[in-house]
Amino acid sequence: MNNKKVLLEVKDLTVSYGGINAVKGISFLVHAGDIVTLLGANGAGKTTTLHSISGITPYKGDILYKGQNLRKVPAHSIVGLGIAQVPEGRGIFGNLTVMENLTISTWQRKDRSNIKTDLEYVFDLFPRLKERIKQPGGTLSGGEQQMLALGRALMSKAELLLLDEPSMGLSPLLSQEIFKMLIRINSAGTTLLLVEQNANLALQIANSGYVLETGMIVLSGTGDELRGNPLIKEAYLG
Amino acid sequence: MNGGRIGKIQASSKHIIMKRKIIMAGILAAGLLLSFAIPRFNLLDQYVQLVIMYIGINIILTLSLNLVNGYMGEFSLGHAGFMSTGAYVSSLLTVKVFSLGAGTLIFPLAVASGGIAAALLGLIVAIPSFRTRGDYLAIVTLAFNVIVKSVLENIDAVGGARGFLGMDKLTTLPWTFFWTAASIWLIRNLIYSNFGRGVLSIREDETAGELMGVNTQQVKVLVFVVSSFFAGVAGALLAHLIQYINPRSFDIIRSTEMLVMVYLGGIGSIAGSIIGAVTYTFLLELLRPLEIWRMVIMPLMLVLLMIFRPRGIMGLREFFWFVPVRDFMITKKFKGAKADAAAERD
Repeated sequence: MNNKKVLLEVKDLTVSYGGINAVKGISFLVHAGDIVTLLGANGAGKTTTLHSISGITPYKGDILYKGQNLRKVPAHSIVGLGIAQVPEGRGIFGNLTVMENLTISTWQRKDRSNIKTDLEYVFDLFPRLKERIKQPGGTLSGGEQQMLALGRALMSKAELLLLDEPSMGLSPLLSQEIFKMLIRINSAGTTLLLVEQNANLALQIANSGYVLETGMIVLSGTGDELRGNPLIKEAYLG
Repeated sequence: MNGGRIGKIQASSKHIIMKRKIIMAGILAAGLLLSFAIPRFNLLDQYVQLVIMYIGINIILTLSLNLVNGYMGEFSLGHAGFMSTGAYVSSLLTVKVFSLGAGTLIFPLAVASGGIAAALLGLIVAIPSFRTRGDYLAIVTLAFNVIVKSVLENIDAVGGARGFLGMDKLTTLPWTFFWTAASIWLIRNLIYSNFGRGVLSIREDETAGELMGVNTQQVKVLVFVVSSFFAGVAGALLAHLIQYINPRSFDIIRSTEMLVMVYLGGIGSIAGSIIGAVTYTFLLELLRPLEIWRMVIMPLMLVLLMIFRPRGIMGLREFFWFVPVRDFMITKKFKGAKADAAAERD
């Protein structure tokens, strides 16, 4: 597809919950600097895939990050390696202020002195967070919470962001705004693995994509290829 | 960003830190001086002095439990077990190991040993317990409390069910002041450290915390150990204050009393822990003339509190003085106008 370095390699990933296979041996690649999207309906196994990469769900198969096998690495250390997840439903720490939310994700970082610079980067991306800096996360609007979740993941100094439905519960306009920010984050050098139900939005910004159906990859290609695919058009774009 | 403004903020931040350090040192010095002067010149009668010492011990207990129940959001129901460990271990040290008047000298060591013994026990309880959550942890710690009590009742060397006595009255006003101040200081620093942010993330959303890189398993075990340590210290102080301990004084009722102080004062707050401990101890003494009616009025007040202030008096809020200067200065730094105003005011 391209000659960029492979950042993340998922090989034969299988996840089962009590005998039911949620993900059935999927394999895919994420190249450094790309935006890769995983599309699919509810229950297709998208979130499960992200949880496996983050190390909070046990799985069969292999996940390699920069060539290192993540199997034996605990979830919190995976963050230290440079993979951060923006969880589904955002997972904001509701009683903690915006500032506290942002600083918690620096837990694994050794370069404490650069944290201020990164805070400025996040506030530059999301000026709204700066205005709400002392406000508890739980009192923010849905869009602001999504911004906070993104900012928080960025504060961990991740090279690979795993985004679980960033457009969920947001108005079309707000979703567009969030996606513009995703492009900005990506152009600053962060690789994105984006799980979405809103295929239209996701394929607009993705370099490549994979379509999951009941735990299997049924289609893959570049963003443009997938957008032109009649199957996709019918199933997701309407 | 505007360099001049940041300079101003840094200067004002240093200014505030200095001012605070001086006032804090003043309060500590005055407190210590008073704690020596009061018993020396009999400024307060014996009973009031006793109540003050109870308050100090209860502050330590409340802080200790608030760490687990309030800040970390887990539910421990067996802290009296750790308290008894501290009480028995320290008493054994002062009575059996170092008798013959050496007690006064080794008292701080005995209290610390009581704390350490409780911390070790806390570690043993924490490792298997934290595989469970919420209600299950409550049941495990409750069971632990019952086990400790039964074990103590069956060890003849410490008097069994009859209890253990022979301690000198080594807990004095200055020592109570010292341990209370030290506990407040240590726990406050723990909470506002990077580690402390991890503790809060467990309360808020454990999975999200793990996804943000917090080693939640390690944090949970460590917090439980630290909390057990302070419960042990409080137990040691109490044992050398009332000079008599028996297993029944560390049963589930004692654990419940700690819970009441935590939820009265407010979860996740140092100021709340202090207010809770002071209010509860005072009320208990004030309502003493009501005798058995006390047990009607106290629960009634709790019910009212839970209706009107479900998080307690200071729930999740903190007294300004306990918040580190850098924590509110950094937010000011990013909030242009307000920061300028603050810099000018100072």
